[in-house]
Amino acid sequence: MDKIRVEGLNFYYGKHRALTDISLAVRDRRITALIGPSGCGKSTFLRCLNRMNDTIRGTRTEGRILLDGQDIYTSGINVVELRQRVGMVFQRPNPFPQSIWDNVAFGPRVLRSHTRSGLADVIEESLRGAALWEEVKDRLRQDALSLSLGQQQRLCIARAIAIKPEVILMDEPCSALDPIATLQVEELMRSLKMDYTLVIVTHNMQQAARVSDWTGFFWMGELVEFDITENVFTRPSNRLTEDYITGRAG
Amino acid sequence: MIDRFVAQRLGFALLILTALVVIMPILFVVGIIVAWGASAVNWEFLSAMPSDGMKAGGIFPTIIGTLLLMLGTAMASIPVGVGGAIYLAEYARDTWLTRAIRLAIVNLAGIPSVVYGLFGLGLFVLFLQFGTSIAAGALTLAIMTIPVIISTAEEALRAVPTEFRTIIASLGGTRWQGIQRVVLPQALPGIITGIILGLLRAAGETAPILFTVAAFYLPRLPQSPFDPTMALPYHLYVISTQVPGMPLEVQYGTALVLLTLVLSMNLVATVIRSYFRRRRQW
Repeated sequence: MDKIRVEGLNFYYGKHRALTDISLAVRDRRITALIGPSGCGKSTFLRCLNRMNDTIRGTRTEGRILLDGQDIYTSGINVVELRQRVGMVFQRPNPFPQSIWDNVAFGPRVLRSHTRSGLADVIEESLRGAALWEEVKDRLRQDALSLSLGQQQRLCIARAIAIKPEVILMDEPCSALDPIATLQVEELMRSLKMDYTLVIVTHNMQQAARVSDWTGFFWMGELVEFDITENVFTRPSNRLTEDYITGRAG
Repeated sequence: MIDRFVAQRLGFALLILTALVVIMPILFVVGIIVAWGASAVNWEFLSAMPSDGMKAGGIFPTIIGTLLLMLGTAMASIPVGVGGAIYLAEYARDTWLTRAIRLAIVNLAGIPSVVYGLFGLGLFVLFLQFGTSIAAGALTLAIMTIPVIISTAEEALRAVPTEFRTIIASLGGTRWQGIQRVVLPQALPGIITGIILGLLRAAGETAPILFTVAAFYLPRLPQSPFDPTMALPYHLYVISTQVPGMPLEVQYGTALVLLTLVLSMNLVATVIRSYFRRRRQW
């Protein structure tokens, strides 16, 4: 089943066209990986999916992005509510300089989506979901910045799932982490896809091959290849893709 | 050709010298005021009404007057200053209106304080008929303080990384929720510092209160915001220039009290700033 359908998406920074005629379908409760060299448009594309690009002035979008069949770029859409359905984890672990508890509680509090007694449950559930609960359950009131970088990134994932999104976008979530923390986050992604649809941008092709079900290859603002991950990595249909994943281009 | 390491030594020596030139006058001024004024300052001096044509007794009403003025100035300038800063830093787009506001703030900060005094006299004392009163004086000082608060608070708000605002949006928070819960708490130390520094400047000013509030000699405490009062800086001016035969130690003692008040507020600002700066990790 398709959670998100993108149809003929063009994206402009001022006059510069950053994305050209992108069409693809993101499957529900699957991991879709987007790969490609720096500046190819994969992060820009990711940010189109929850309209984070709206915050940048002078940008323009053409085409349609359907979330459960509804175009998120039509005028009646409440962008704040959209972002509640399509959450996001960023490249650099970026907890608020507050306690672990307050970080996870941020979303539920601003959305007023919990009762006072329910907040503790939401926090435990989110931290368990992000595979962090056992490590922090005795120090929830401690400053989030006292955690290791890998723990901070999992805290950011917990913070994102605390708002109970349907889709989680991850923009190079492991690029600031060491190999062990990276493996933990990858493990986490696999368990998250039971409940969430994941779209990840990654520089790391092994990572895309290891965790994703579908892979899209971007090249200079175009989606060159989009297929089941195994096909992309074993028998790519496009020469560019083959050159990139074998290290001859990019 | 001088050896480059010798050149570096020479450079450092000159730089240290310039730094000392900055510090020297401050030490000198403080030293003289303490040396000549300390003998006058005792409990009676701080807590008694002036008597014998201000040559004897204490300066109690001037201290209370200055504190009340500070309170009134704070009440009027903090909400406007911080609110304006939040608008400029978080909401305002770059339009001719916001450019005009910024230009006005910069220019307000450069206006001589005596002009504020005349403005306060015209607007608050005469036109709004507050009379010569604490209300008129505090509002005049507030107008002088607001630009300082706005510009320091805006700077503090802008120093909070944009990243936080992006995360807040990604978590389904509105901009206002983000300001309340993350941005403002992060910027608070900087804002508080700005407020204290702005109020400090107001505390020591004479010209703005000259026409709006300060009484030459009024040995009782004000009963309402619409009463005039004595105030430290103006009192200091009066006893230094307008009263013949004023004992020297009373003049320096009064200066010492004003200096202590201002420097201790400054110290509080510094402590707050360094405390929070150590905690900040971005």
